[in-house]
Amino acid sequence: MIYRETGQFKTTYASDSQLFPILQDRAFVIGALVFAFVAVPFLASDYLFRAILTPFLILALAALGLNILVGYCGQVSLGTGGFMAVGAYAAYNFAVRVPQLDLIVIFILAGLCAALVGVVFGIPSLRIKGFYLAVATLAAQFFIDWAFARIQWFTNDTPSGSVSAPPLSVLGHAIQGPVQKYLLVLSIVAVAALVARNLTRGAIGRSWMATRDMDVAAEVIGIRPLHAKLTAFAVSSFFVGMSGALWAFVYLGSWEPLAFDVNRSFQLLFMVIIGGLGSILGSFLGAAFIVILPLVLNQLPTALGIPLSTAMISHIEFMVFGALIVFFLIAEPRGLARLWAIGKEKLRLWPFPH
Amino acid sequence: MKREYRIKAAALALAVAGTLGVALDALAQSSKEIFVPVLVYRTGPYAPNGVPWANGFVDYLKLVNARDGGVNGVKIAYEECETGYATDRGVECYERLKSKHPVAYSPLSTGITYALTDKVFGDHIVLITAGYGRADSVDGAVFRWNFPMLGTYWDGADILVQHVKAKGSLKGKKIALVYHDSPYGKEPIPVLEELAKREGFELLKLPVTAPGVEQKATWLQIRQQRPDYVFVWGWGVMNSTALKEAIAVSYPRAQIYGVWWSAAEPDVVPAEMAAKGYNGLALGHSAEKTEPIHKDMIKYLYDKGQGTAANKSEIGSVLYNRGMLSAMLTVESIRAAQKKYGNRVVTGDEVRWGAEHLNIDAARIKALGVEGMMQPVHTSCADHGGVHAARIHTWDGSEWSYTSEMYTSETKYLAPLIKSSAEKYAAEKKLPIEDCGKAS
Amino acid sequence: MDFARHRLTIAFLALLALAAAAPMFLGVAKFPQWLEVALGGLLTGVLYSLVALGLVLIFKASGVFNFAQGAMVLFAALTLVRLAEKMPLALAIAVTLAIMIAMAWVIERVVLRPLVNQEGIVLFMATLGVAYFLDGFGQSLWGSDIYTLHVGMPKEPKIILESTFDGGVLVDMEDFVAAIIAAVLVAALALFFQKTATGRALRAVADDHQAAQSVGIPLNRIWVIVWSVAGLVALVAGIVWGSKLGVQFSISQVALKALPVVILGGFTSIPGAIVGGLIIGLGEKLSEVYLGPAFGGGIENWFAYVLALVFLLFRPEGLFGEKIIDRV
Repeated sequence: MIYRETGQFKTTYASDSQLFPILQDRAFVIGALVFAFVAVPFLASDYLFRAILTPFLILALAALGLNILVGYCGQVSLGTGGFMAVGAYAAYNFAVRVPQLDLIVIFILAGLCAALVGVVFGIPSLRIKGFYLAVATLAAQFFIDWAFARIQWFTNDTPSGSVSAPPLSVLGHAIQGPVQKYLLVLSIVAVAALVARNLTRGAIGRSWMATRDMDVAAEVIGIRPLHAKLTAFAVSSFFVGMSGALWAFVYLGSWEPLAFDVNRSFQLLFMVIIGGLGSILGSFLGAAFIVILPLVLNQLPTALGIPLSTAMISHIEFMVFGALIVFFLIAEPRGLARLWAIGKEKLRLWPFPH
Repeated sequence: MKREYRIKAAALALAVAGTLGVALDALAQSSKEIFVPVLVYRTGPYAPNGVPWANGFVDYLKLVNARDGGVNGVKIAYEECETGYATDRGVECYERLKSKHPVAYSPLSTGITYALTDKVFGDHIVLITAGYGRADSVDGAVFRWNFPMLGTYWDGADILVQHVKAKGSLKGKKIALVYHDSPYGKEPIPVLEELAKREGFELLKLPVTAPGVEQKATWLQIRQQRPDYVFVWGWGVMNSTALKEAIAVSYPRAQIYGVWWSAAEPDVVPAEMAAKGYNGLALGHSAEKTEPIHKDMIKYLYDKGQGTAANKSEIGSVLYNRGMLSAMLTVESIRAAQKKYGNRVVTGDEVRWGAEHLNIDAARIKALGVEGMMQPVHTSCADHGGVHAARIHTWDGSEWSYTSEMYTSETKYLAPLIKSSAEKYAAEKKLPIEDCGKAS
Repeated sequence: MDFARHRLTIAFLALLALAAAAPMFLGVAKFPQWLEVALGGLLTGVLYSLVALGLVLIFKASGVFNFAQGAMVLFAALTLVRLAEKMPLALAIAVTLAIMIAMAWVIERVVLRPLVNQEGIVLFMATLGVAYFLDGFGQSLWGSDIYTLHVGMPKEPKIILESTFDGGVLVDMEDFVAAIIAAVLVAALALFFQKTATGRALRAVADDHQAAQSVGIPLNRIWVIVWSVAGLVALVAGIVWGSKLGVQFSISQVALKALPVVILGGFTSIPGAIVGGLIIGLGEKLSEVYLGPAFGGGIENWFAYVLALVFLLFRPEGLFGEKIIDRV
């Protein structure tokens, strides 16, 4: 009953094809955005910003990128960590070598560099499919890891190979403190989500989905596979690269190539699968789940009063993680986003039974 | 239908648990205890080496509480946080435990140290990186909050070269460096390259990708190139693998030297008798097991079932001793701070002052029960390291024994390197450089 | 073998052989040193094949890409080494085998059966979840230390052909014995598949699930058998790798190396796993020793993958794999 769309008539084409045609959806999204921008900075603690909200948003952006590639275009990729590294080091090099550039410009340029690398490593997808492609993207991951560890130019000839980001400032205004960092990341992610949503609604998104469902049939009706797959790689890597730059500059501050290793790629793939393939909301839900789960598992034994060694807690984390993934895949293979959609469907009837 | 209810219930339960777990965090911290967080790794490929260090560290804190009733009557509260040697988990642990007002962190990872170095400037928390961390953080004028006590990797590299030079001139010889491909492994390279130019030897750099189980090609190359000495700068399973591969290519163990993190029991025991003759740097201490401090550990902790190590035989192993000494330096810094500011719960700034004015002389070392395990430590604004000495110990198949004199690193060559590196960092981060002459 | 159809593959293999021998032609290496590296590479490759075998077995019979193979190798090795502390080795091996069979049964019931008609990617993710679970479970049961596994493998190397070449050629005896064990295992598996009724049933299931069911072959039981055999292969791989490296967490990372092996050889071919392993091992070691110094070292981590990737561009189904037929 709450979610009914009766009475909402569209009188213009513009209103019919808008992003959130149902009033309740619009209200909810705008309400959530206002809450995130205005209320959260006052309500949340320092720790919540630094350790939960900021990494959640950055990883959600990366999951968004990966979802475009895996969920919308059907190209399995295990090299996401490598593309994040490309974004991070590209941003570092721009910041160090061309210090006049503004931070937002640096992030966008970093994204573009990652997009370029993504296209190069996406070329094999024209010939290779499925698991084979997944393992081929692992080649990208390991090669990129090695390149940043070995080639001194990328790390500005630091002997230790560990680089640190310069102080952040946007349009002359310095970004200090967890709240400002949170707002910066939130703005970037909100804009990126909007762009991604519109891309997936448009012709290019439809070409991705056609390639995912039946690529031969798609080719037959005139969708160029080269165009579809490479644009998917490019757009996905752009988002992933930007998130890598954010991760390095805003969250870590100082990093080395091991921060973007193959475990990061698996973590992002988990986010996408658990959140829901082919869904923008799913990327956010999956990211929230994966970010919060280890913290909950860490705090739960102490909260329940059971003393466990940190090693045992770590092992239990692994076990619960693995078990939850299997559980989710059995119970709802289309992820948390599907649960959300089911919830909305129920709201159409509630409180009536039928 | 039933299945969907179950799923919904599970999802709701998870969501509630999630919010609860996050909200329940940072419960009230007693304001009557000094909080020392312990960043450890008890899982993952570095666990075999991380576990004894962690046990030694925590045992010492427990001992101070049990035997002495705390530092001048103020007890120490501690909490372990698992990092798995990963930088982002280390940062997360740091942020989570910050709300409990910690005074000093010992991250046991050069990578995490690099990440935290930026943050401690604003958070006013001391980083005590005993035997690891940034080599240039010896310069206290720039790195006000970092204390690489007991010795840095640049000291270690210099001392190793001094030792092998004493066996015969190095001109025309070849030295191979098998190193962990991370900031930790790359740290000694600038100094070794300088020394290669000065002493006339050829430096062969052989990186090993983390975690370091694939070394067959590395050691086949060593067999072909026949270097006169091999320096191992590894950690975790890379060390034992290196020794095993060295045995597999019949490279004489007596010509292999490991840094102080590559010369402990977990590294040689897997290879057993075949590792006989392997040498390593001893950071002032080796595997002393019967010092007064160890007797105290057994008396006050293990006999009462309060010990952290699973096995009493771990007490006194190389890494256990090192963890113990790291904790000891933290406690001594707190003690020095209390001496100036009063016997109460001291703040990060005060402990920083304490760490910068440490004066652990021979008498104090004896009183602490670690005579023979430590050289006198004297820190100052210009020298946050306090001591720059080490010697060599060798494995004879069943235990370690000292096989050299105590060496001190050559300050006159290292000082300009440290200064230029520190100044580069200060310029990059736009940090003020303290004037050590005026600092109190 | 139809030479005309496979000309690309043959050209690729010829190119590989040329590249492998190149260091000698360019004067960078002398034959005995090259032989040492090549032998070391081939033997390491056999070790990778051991892990890849389990992958291929499971994929052949149930179409599932078992990412948990590495975790199974680690779990088997951990269980064995800890049990061996308390009982004689032979008994420990038997008990570990029983545990691996029980594990296979549990995985089939809990993970595979509910997911029976899902897409490949979902099953792959499920095995990834199983891998994480096994990692945590094994370590929480048995601990995270490095454990030494004593199975009597030789540790000192052997120098052969000392009279022919100056300095002789070094052969790692432990790897050599491991290669012999692997050969025996493959022969045993081949016999099992060709001569026994269960083996025939497995081949039938691998060929066509529905046809096999229609002649009365119980699919679920076959899957338990396949996972058990994969568990046995994992145990052997665990013994060999554990003896070589010490039983520790990183063994499960070695399994990642089995992926390019399976790609090169084809997901559904046992000889492919062996040949792929040999090629990957050889290529890896030769590239690290002779190509590596030009790049600063450390290239063997990605070289195997890049090699597999390049190979895939010419032959997307691997050396011996079944050709992928897309149906619209």
